[in-house]
Amino acid sequence: MADRAAFAEAAMEHMPSLYSAALRMTRNPSDAEDLVQETYLKAYRAYDSFQEGTNLKAWLYKILTNTFINSYRARKRRPEQSDVDDVEDLYLFRRLGGLEASTVGRSAEDQVMDLFTDSEVKEALESLPESFRMAVLLADVEGFSYKEIAEIMDVPIGTVMSRLHRGRKALQRALLEFGRERGLVG
Amino acid sequence: MGDDCSEAIHRLYHFLDGELTPQRRTEIQAHLDDCGPCLQAFDFEAEVRLMIATKCRDEVPDTLRIRIAQAIRHEEIHFRPDGTA
Repeated sequence: MADRAAFAEAAMEHMPSLYSAALRMTRNPSDAEDLVQETYLKAYRAYDSFQEGTNLKAWLYKILTNTFINSYRARKRRPEQSDVDDVEDLYLFRRLGGLEASTVGRSAEDQVMDLFTDSEVKEALESLPESFRMAVLLADVEGFSYKEIAEIMDVPIGTVMSRLHRGRKALQRALLEFGRERGLVG
Repeated sequence: MGDDCSEAIHRLYHFLDGELTPQRRTEIQAHLDDCGPCLQAFDFEAEVRLMIATKCRDEVPDTLRIRIAQAIRHEEIHFRPDGTA
């Protein structure tokens, strides 16, 4: 990248996704803002260590994740629950998949999209224990590959896959709870 | 549910994540072409994925954009190589 200013400009494009991720991680708007600002300052200062041609977004996410782990998580007094209960495959589909067939004339995609509200999905994701939440966020919301997630979270790819597998099921379970509350399922 | 179905469901996430070898991908795709129930399940999971990605977006507050721009400008001045500000 030509210079620091060009770098800063390129990095700014990723602010919406970094801010959304920061909100899911900190679960608090004020902490999320501080986390994003700190991430940008660190990135700006470490600009020389960014290799041109590599993935800028992944690099920013690594800084975001490290900053979160080092400064924000450290503040918490209470140790976070670190595991999730396992559930069967296709947990949500087996309970809600049938709803799609029940209404004629609408695409299946619209059906699923309308099942839950934005705040329900956010809340369900935020309810996951941190390591699972981050894996799911990086894969499902941001579309990073297993390899990129492994680098961002600094864990082996096998760990990424297992956290994703279990995190996604736990997310489906949390979503279904909202479905239950609204009477979508018994 | 046959063995092929179990195999397909087992690899569902890897398939949706685009993390399968081309050969495995082709095998699963061939199964989905033949198996309505599996295809329905895969579609559902793909839609759930899309829903999560779509609904977990938040708008950046203008105040934050301004704060960050100011903080970077401050750094810019601070880090100018010739030391002038």
